[in-house]
Amino acid sequence: MVGEVQVMNSSLLVLYNLSYEFGAEFRRFSLDRYQPGKFEDFYKLILHIHHIANLEVMIGYADVHGDLLPINNDDNFLKAVSSANLLLRVFIQRQDEVDYSNFGTNTLSRKKKALVTLRNDNLRRRPHINISMPHDFRPVSSIIDVDILPETHRRVRLYRHGCEKPLGFYIRDGTSVRVTPHGLEKVPGIFISRMVPGGLAESTGLLAVNDEVLEVNGIEVAGKTLDQVTDMMIANSHNLIITVKPANQRNNIIRSSRMSGSSGQSTDSTASHHSLPTSHVLQNFHPDEMESDEEADIVIEGGLEPQHIPKLHSLTSSSLSRINGSSLSHRLQRDLALNNNSGRESNGNIHKLLSSLKTDPRHSLVIPRGGIEEDGTVITL
Amino acid sequence: MMKFRFRRQGADPHRDRIRHDLFAFSKTVEHGFPSQPSALAYDPVLRVMAIGTKAGAVKLYGAPGVELTGLHKETATVTQLHFLPGQGWLLSLLDDNTLHLWEVCQKDGCSHLEETRSFGLPGRPGCSPGITRVTVVLPTSSCAVACLGTEGGAVYFLALPSLVLLEDKTLFPDEVLQSVPDEYRCGKALGPVESIQEHPHDSSRLLIGYSRGLVVLWEQSTRVVQHLFLGSQQLESLAWEQSGKSIISSHSDGGYMVWAVSGAGQKTQQPIMSTIPYGPFPCKAISKILWRTCESGNPFIIFSGGMPRASYGDRHCVSVLQGQTLATLDFTSRVIDFFTVQSPEVAEGGFENPRALVVLVEEELVAIDLQTPGWPTIPAPYLAPLHSSAITCSCHVSNVPLKLWERIISAGEQQSPRLSSAAWPIDGGKNLAQEPTQRGLLLTGHEDGTVRFWDASGVSLKPLYKLGTASIFQTDCEHNDSLTQAGEEEWPPFRKVGCFDPYSDDPRLGVQKIALCKYTAKMVVAGTAGQVLVMELSDEKSEHAVSVATVDLLQDREGFTWKGHDRLAPRNGPLPFAPGFQPSVLVQCVPPAAVTAVTLHSEWNLVAFGTSHGFGLFDYYRRNPVLARYEGGTVVLGTPLERCLGVWVLSSIGACRCTLHPNDSLAMEGPLSRVKSLKKSLRQSFRRIRKSRVSGKKRLNASSPSSKVGTEGAGTATAASRARGAGADAASPRQVQEANAQLAEQAGPPEVEMTPVQRRIEPRSADDSLSGVVRCLYFADTFLRDAAHHGPTMWAGTNSGSVFAYALEVPSQEKFSERAVEAVLGKEIQLMHRAPVVAIAVLDGRGNPLPEPYEVSRDLAKAPDMQGSHSMLISSEEQFKVFTLPKVSAKTKFKLTAHEGCRVRKVALVSLASTGSEERLENCLACLTNLGDIHIFTVPSLRPQVHYGCIRKEDISGIASCVFTKHGQGFYLISPSEFERFSLSARNVTEPLCRLEVARLQDTSCLSNSSMATPKLPQANGTHVPRSPEGQHSPTNSDRSPEEHPAAFSPSSIDSPNSSMENPLDTTGDITVEEVKDFLASSGEVERNLRNASEDEARPTGILIK
Repeated sequence: MVGEVQVMNSSLLVLYNLSYEFGAEFRRFSLDRYQPGKFEDFYKLILHIHHIANLEVMIGYADVHGDLLPINNDDNFLKAVSSANLLLRVFIQRQDEVDYSNFGTNTLSRKKKALVTLRNDNLRRRPHINISMPHDFRPVSSIIDVDILPETHRRVRLYRHGCEKPLGFYIRDGTSVRVTPHGLEKVPGIFISRMVPGGLAESTGLLAVNDEVLEVNGIEVAGKTLDQVTDMMIANSHNLIITVKPANQRNNIIRSSRMSGSSGQSTDSTASHHSLPTSHVLQNFHPDEMESDEEADIVIEGGLEPQHIPKLHSLTSSSLSRINGSSLSHRLQRDLALNNNSGRESNGNIHKLLSSLKTDPRHSLVIPRGGIEEDGTVITL
Repeated sequence: MMKFRFRRQGADPHRDRIRHDLFAFSKTVEHGFPSQPSALAYDPVLRVMAIGTKAGAVKLYGAPGVELTGLHKETATVTQLHFLPGQGWLLSLLDDNTLHLWEVCQKDGCSHLEETRSFGLPGRPGCSPGITRVTVVLPTSSCAVACLGTEGGAVYFLALPSLVLLEDKTLFPDEVLQSVPDEYRCGKALGPVESIQEHPHDSSRLLIGYSRGLVVLWEQSTRVVQHLFLGSQQLESLAWEQSGKSIISSHSDGGYMVWAVSGAGQKTQQPIMSTIPYGPFPCKAISKILWRTCESGNPFIIFSGGMPRASYGDRHCVSVLQGQTLATLDFTSRVIDFFTVQSPEVAEGGFENPRALVVLVEEELVAIDLQTPGWPTIPAPYLAPLHSSAITCSCHVSNVPLKLWERIISAGEQQSPRLSSAAWPIDGGKNLAQEPTQRGLLLTGHEDGTVRFWDASGVSLKPLYKLGTASIFQTDCEHNDSLTQAGEEEWPPFRKVGCFDPYSDDPRLGVQKIALCKYTAKMVVAGTAGQVLVMELSDEKSEHAVSVATVDLLQDREGFTWKGHDRLAPRNGPLPFAPGFQPSVLVQCVPPAAVTAVTLHSEWNLVAFGTSHGFGLFDYYRRNPVLARYEGGTVVLGTPLERCLGVWVLSSIGACRCTLHPNDSLAMEGPLSRVKSLKKSLRQSFRRIRKSRVSGKKRLNASSPSSKVGTEGAGTATAASRARGAGADAASPRQVQEANAQLAEQAGPPEVEMTPVQRRIEPRSADDSLSGVVRCLYFADTFLRDAAHHGPTMWAGTNSGSVFAYALEVPSQEKFSERAVEAVLGKEIQLMHRAPVVAIAVLDGRGNPLPEPYEVSRDLAKAPDMQGSHSMLISSEEQFKVFTLPKVSAKTKFKLTAHEGCRVRKVALVSLASTGSEERLENCLACLTNLGDIHIFTVPSLRPQVHYGCIRKEDISGIASCVFTKHGQGFYLISPSEFERFSLSARNVTEPLCRLEVARLQDTSCLSNSSMATPKLPQANGTHVPRSPEGQHSPTNSDRSPEEHPAAFSPSSIDSPNSSMENPLDTTGDITVEEVKDFLASSGEVERNLRNASEDEARPTGILIK
């Protein structure tokens, strides 16, 4: 399942590869870093190397942030290879076992992702396609709904992609001036008062001090107190969508070029894929329907009946082989959940795990061949 | 995978109809003692008494259940109240110098109190406004005229009930001075009118007393001074002797004088008798004096004050003197007023024969039986001083079985044997309310370690029994009230009366949590120092030692040192216990942090308790802690009983579960005690402020119009900023609320901080402080292991969103002594949003909550559906979630905070009966939020039904004190001494329905029905203003006619007049850090509002009364 590919100068080096059967296989082949070829070829190569040509597999890799991202088209293949820092870690899963929620950042919590897929029936029924599947992309903080909002407003989704970065902003009370039929009127409003240096809000540049907060996850804040708005934001903090009226109106998006403009401020171009469908959703946004399992609660089974519940605390290689019928990715998840006694969020854990996998050529190069199997299990835990 | 719930808003008229029949919100009655009373009056004909408060409320009380309430439109102190005897009219004087006429109106056979007219004395041109300030009001016995004495010395006459000034009758001091000898006059003014008393038999003759000491007998009809009493001592009050032959005057030097009254044109220089009862050292003024003749012997002279200034100047006393017998009734709070109860008509030459003396002090009402030797007190059937020690928690038990009820009453009777055989003397009016259908018991835990049992079945809250836990512990001050055993020779002969005693010996005694099993009469009382007392009701007195078990909640956790208070040391050896609840086991949590949750299962003999460090489970039958931790199977630890200092001591290790987060350092600093001490210091400073504000006597606000200006700035600012949120239709109720808020803010800090308030937006993290606080514990017989077998379980929820579920092995009843209870950790659930878990409940297959222990076996509840498919309702501060059992997966949820921006403070599963059909009974989830709103949701589908504004969001002690009953009623504290009762059910409403028979001399039947200019306040009984529910879920109140509840359609709401009178932290102990944050936030809001107002100065101040 887990493999490592080393990129050395202009050649790609596959150091070893754990197949889905938990055996370790090592292959080396070279690829041009800047012209690695087509994904199709790479895919065939992988299948060929591991003698699994009869299987449908999903190839993934760990990016520099430690996020598990898929390789399923030429673009992300190129991106994977070119962005890899010496060593590229490759994950191979059987296609039918692929849990798409494993990809991305909040791996455990993102079963249902964007509101897009939730609400748009057409989109939902459409079979998964290999190109531009929304779930193949890591959700990032972005500007959304550019097409439906007035140009003076901006809707921002702050996504804490599993990182330890704080959301990092403060809000305050204030007054804003509104144009009403009776002329200009001062009304109370909620404003962003401060940014925490290095926080998500600051680093994404999506919010600024003195921006007026108009909505939180589709709910207007007018008439609500500062404390109410604070509570609403905290309660929505795992997926915070704030509509603001930026204090600085000079950076406003110009309608004619909104598609490109939408990604102008966001950190990732994937935002443009989100923006269009999401806008329709939020237009008819009803809070009650915002059912998402993004915050699945963790349930830890006690040792009531050990015969029914596998002892997963002490997974050894032998126990792994005992239940090797089940997908490793599933077990991985479960193990993480079980190791969660400390109360850490499991997505944090998988993230940590992934970052611990970060390329270290010295380490991978000195791994003795015989020790790899054990290393593999250690890694999965 | 993806859930689609399409719900059309309000598209179901059938459901709307059902909602109507189920839900209706109303504040029905206030229980307890009115906060900050300021005036008292008694009508001897109707036999009702009226109490006015500083918030402008007027409350009438007669026989138990007869209660009428009114609220002045102005938030001003009621300084005087006077009945027009028998007329059903009441005159009130406010400190803004306006007079108001209240009328008892009959509507649909029930009486209501309504304000009909008001009157302000016009100022005199060229004089300071203070000169026309009313100091004395006297309605004459004919009820046609009211006499108003003023600061300037003039006496005005006012026609009743029209409140028209009879200008030609006005008596100016100049007219009086003409008949005063020059040497007495000596160029000085007479001073304000201090007293006007009508001659007992001749209503045209008035006795008028001036501050300087002059007393005049004035003949109204002929405008002639009949008799001059040339007193030289500053006058405080006057009273007639019943025959009209002599008068008695009291003075500022602590003395009183008796003067003989004779024929016309006389001048008397000297009284026949003059004495300073508590002399010879300087004494304080005697503010009021009464002279009551008595057939059986010497007349009663009853007066307040007059204590020796140096030695007892701080006492609040009323003295009763009959011949040589003197009793100095010593109250713990300031005397407001007093009256005697006697028959209204006394024949000439007859005797008044007072039956009782009723004294209103600031914190309670005390009645003294004057006909029984020794003058014992008569227990009052209402107006109980709930706050005799501050309330720290409360708990309601509904449907109490008759057997337990009678046993509690009997225990209470043995506890305080009635010394007086006299019936309650104030017994006017007729209670029309139906007999309560079930017995409801309200338990209040207090700061001094007592638990009080109240009969909350009906309109009047009656004390039943008082349970003290302090005697089990060694406290600094032993409990043999030294004050009551006053020395025989002590002078004055103080007699301590009343029960208001707010001073706790030891704050650790404070009761934090109570659980009572109504079928087995077992009870658990848990306190501030980690003490958990298991008690049992016994009808016999007993002397036994209390077993002590210590449970170390930290177990082997290292690196934690408790920096909070010590545990309470139990007293050694066998202790005597009176009949009533007697402790059998004391479980002591270590570290001794305040107990935050407790629950009892009497069928399994288990009690579970939690603190900020963890929770434990205790088998009180075997007196063994039950191990509740999954670690190498199931082991029961519990060392054998060991005898230690004559006390049974059990010690155990690991008999509990520690919930402490490794980073949680705050938990070890005794956080709750820290909050408490903050609370305490706040309380103290508020007390100081209050004290300084109530120092004056009658003329508290001598410069009333200007005295408010100082605080008005703040009040106006907040009112203005709040009014922004209100629609244009905000009518008078809002005004009352504003006024209340303003009153509350008068006590607030005067400094205005100009830094803007900021709030940090961060998700909750696991290592937030106090994450280990156990918030709720729950026992249920349900499916935890698998879907086939159900069994006893225990659930615990923490502040950081963790839920622990334990499967219990409980031996059958017969084997209790042989086998021990075992507990195995079954599940651990971490809510992703990490909000504190407020409540846990298991719903059976039909979605009904599981019944209480023994309820089914005693045929009092339907057996739950045990065919599987149980579900579990977890309510956190942010959302409600229903999970399936035994496999825990989320079924439905409602994210309250994410949608509404409010957080859950209190939740309860209530069953509401429908007014439409008898059988319809719906289980709902009632939830009180930090904004003071009550939301109702269906169970288990968690659909929001209605929501109502109930408590002001600034009133955090009100919100913290709220308890729901099983059948959709609830209580919350509107002041330290008063519970407001409210109802969420359209069917189950407990409200006062009573009738006062009024025979008016002049038939001006129901003035209020005539087209009066005075706009009426939409209110039923003052604070009982049913708010119309807000939002689209509001059912229109079609079942009740608008006449019945005029306020039901009021778009806005009022709160209780008293809700803001006290500082908000003064009462409940159950205050969490969150609530203190709320408090700080709300005071921050004041600052903000101030700031906003200053930004916008163009806003007219008039917005206050918008």
